Amino acid sequence: MSPHVSASSRTRTLIAHVEDKPGVLARIASLFRRRGYNIQSLTVGRTAEPGVSRMTLMIDADDDTARRIEANLYKLVNVLDVVDLADHAAVNRELALIKVKADVDTRPRVLQIADVFHARVVDMDRETLTIESTGTHDQIDGLVDVLGAFEVLDLVRSGVIAMTRGRESSRPQPNTHVPSPTSEEQQSWPESSTTATPISA
Amino acid sequence: MTANPAAPLPGNPRTAPGALLTGAEIIWEALAAEGVDVVFGYPGGAIMPAYDAMLKYPGIRHVLVRHEQGAAHMADGYARASGRVGVAIATSGPGATNLVTGIATAMMDSVPVVFITGQVSSTLLGTDGFQETDVTGVTLPITKHNYLVTDVADIASTIREAFFLASSGRPGPVLVDICKDAQQATAPWHPPHGTPRLPGYRPEPHAPDEMLERAARMIDQAERPVILAGYGIIKAGAGELLRAFVEKTGVPVASTLLGLGGFAASHPMSLGMMGMHGEAWVNNAIQEADLLIALGMRFDDRVTGRLATYAPRARKIHVEVDRSEINKLVKVDIALIDDVARVLSAITPRVQAKTREPWLARIAGMKGDSAVRDIQGLPDEGRLYAAHVLHDLWRITEGKALVVTDVGQHQMWEAQYYKHDYARKLITSGGLGTMGFALPAAIGARFAQPGDDVWVVAGDGGFQMTACELSTAAQEGIKVNIAIINNGYLGMVRQWQQFFYGGRYSSTPMRSPDFVKLAEAHGLTGLRVTQRSEVEATVRLAQATPGTVVIDFRVEQEDSVYPMVPSGADLAEMIRRPPPPSPLVETAEDP
Ligand SMILES: Cc1ncc(C[n+]2csc(CCOP(=O)(O)OP(=O)(O)O)c2C)c(N)n1
Ligand SMILES: [Mg+2]
Repeated sequence: MSPHVSASSRTRTLIAHVEDKPGVLARIASLFRRRGYNIQSLTVGRTAEPGVSRMTLMIDADDDTARRIEANLYKLVNVLDVVDLADHAAVNRELALIKVKADVDTRPRVLQIADVFHARVVDMDRETLTIESTGTHDQIDGLVDVLGAFEVLDLVRSGVIAMTRGRESSRPQPNTHVPSPTSEEQQSWPESSTTATPISA
Repeated sequence: MTANPAAPLPGNPRTAPGALLTGAEIIWEALAAEGVDVVFGYPGGAIMPAYDAMLKYPGIRHVLVRHEQGAAHMADGYARASGRVGVAIATSGPGATNLVTGIATAMMDSVPVVFITGQVSSTLLGTDGFQETDVTGVTLPITKHNYLVTDVADIASTIREAFFLASSGRPGPVLVDICKDAQQATAPWHPPHGTPRLPGYRPEPHAPDEMLERAARMIDQAERPVILAGYGIIKAGAGELLRAFVEKTGVPVASTLLGLGGFAASHPMSLGMMGMHGEAWVNNAIQEADLLIALGMRFDDRVTGRLATYAPRARKIHVEVDRSEINKLVKVDIALIDDVARVLSAITPRVQAKTREPWLARIAGMKGDSAVRDIQGLPDEGRLYAAHVLHDLWRITEGKALVVTDVGQHQMWEAQYYKHDYARKLITSGGLGTMGFALPAAIGARFAQPGDDVWVVAGDGGFQMTACELSTAAQEGIKVNIAIINNGYLGMVRQWQQFFYGGRYSSTPMRSPDFVKLAEAHGLTGLRVTQRSEVEATVRLAQATPGTVVIDFRVEQEDSVYPMVPSGADLAEMIRRPPPPSPLVETAEDP
């Protein structure tokens, strides 16, 4: 287990916009490997803005570690901005393709399950069904679990992509977003974790 | 460090903007535009175009090293001594990989160095061509940033970016790997100037006023505060601001190894060095403190000891320019993510003036215990202790030398006995602890501070790791004085074996060449000292002798550095020098 995964760890999603330059993915992977941070999934793709890619990272971390991961990401020169969705209402989606063994006998049951999960059948032959499902990470977990009753022959998951809800952009506006040592990053804990006890002189 | 293309260095050509140049020439134009007047390097196939073009730029001195690691440490020493960006240059493959130890050394201590390496032609990239190494891949985790340049049109702007990145924010090494065909191709020379556009780079965070105010109140309320002064003080040039803050608030100052000299050791509020080989009273004061004010330091494990019991009664204020350092190891109560000079100048007017006599008296009381083990009264039985050598060196040089230390026991003795009053006069590899650092770093420092009395303090082991650079010093006509603290052992490892491995000296006794003859073989001067009575005259002779001088100090072989906090132990759990009648000493307050 990584030293950064503690009891207060939870799964959270970070969105990072990065310059689309050679080696950026290697820099991010190297950072996570070197510092021992846990990555559950990582997706990368273009954005509407030329030269800017977007990454969605699903990580296991407590608040403190998440803040340091964010700070370390910001230290990479090609990282433009980072948003921790733990602080925002967000839509999360993952895509899965699941190939399940389904012959004439079991096929109706598999189709029924797919229906319940609002999944679509995208391919089929005499012995298999391939199901496409889009949903939250947990919904996909649920579908995969239920299909486990049949033989899953092949499975691919895209990793989570995410977006903040409402009018808010996931891309903080320049100037307002400066990873701001101006707000919560300049931390203060009014209650000191250590109690000040006097020393008898 | 803004480029000023209007003022070429003497000797360099006056190139009109827009002139068609080769990539190789553009490299030197770009370096000259950054004000570079010395580079340290070693040629080879993939960098030959640049070496050929260099002949047109006599305003830039090239120092030919004997091993690329030496070039890296020289550029590093130059940067640490001057505060400017150092430059090292090497060929592809083995030339570049030989730089690696030096790059990692600069990274760990946040030193601004630009490394330029040749790379195979872009057409050969990825084919395992002769001397092709993925240098940007290899150095990815040990550089602040790095670049692979395949197009001549990108050379000038990339070098400008490299200098800007290396020297701004938390400084660090930046590597620029330039393909051979890009060096050979031509492009119009357009001097880049100003701040490069790096949309993802924000080197200057600002702590908000309300946080400064809160920190000021916390300082006012503290009864037993201690300042932890790190290298950040020196980098920010904040020594005077720190002195003003200290003299107003009455808060005593403990220094990290790299922080030594940032606050004058002779100042009455200076406590000395903290950490594994820190003074006992400094560590005890930290453990008793009710407030730590950490300035430009990062709570390395060598200064905290066991984290769970580190300064258990203290609230903590952390002033640090690199946000990712906050709460990395030690949880703090207030983080001021900002330049330490700016914080000090903003906070001093906000804090109350105090003298804190009870606390200072209590710390002074802790010193008494150490004085028992003092060097004073030690009979001169004809033995030579490293502590004596360093103490005498400090006295004879009036504490004004620029001392570059290697890594091991001698490094700690230097830190304990050579009292540094001035910033940038102690250069040492703290974070990486790189043996072999001292001689090349001193050669680099010499270029930065030609007027200084430069001393290398190295062990017999570490000196041999880069002793080939004696030849560089000889060829370049460089004068540095080299004190080899020769104990016949890899002393620091021997000490650990003595304390923690049952005294089994596995591979630590070391036989060395005759260092006097080694110096002489290079056409340099070699001297030997075996008695304390010879130290002073020999040091003065070295100072007066032109050219590099090597002094072989044959010191006590099995002496240890005290106090010592065992790795991972509570900071107050120190192994202490056995008290008299043991002839060995713990402090060197010797008149
Ligand atoms: C390149 C490198 N290899 C190994 C070490 C581990 N190490 C730390 S101190 C030391 C002994 C140094 O011996 P010497 O240079 O003679 O100095 P002394 O401790 O005797 O003063 C060693 C081997 C290191 N710090 N750097
Ligand atoms: Mg030795």
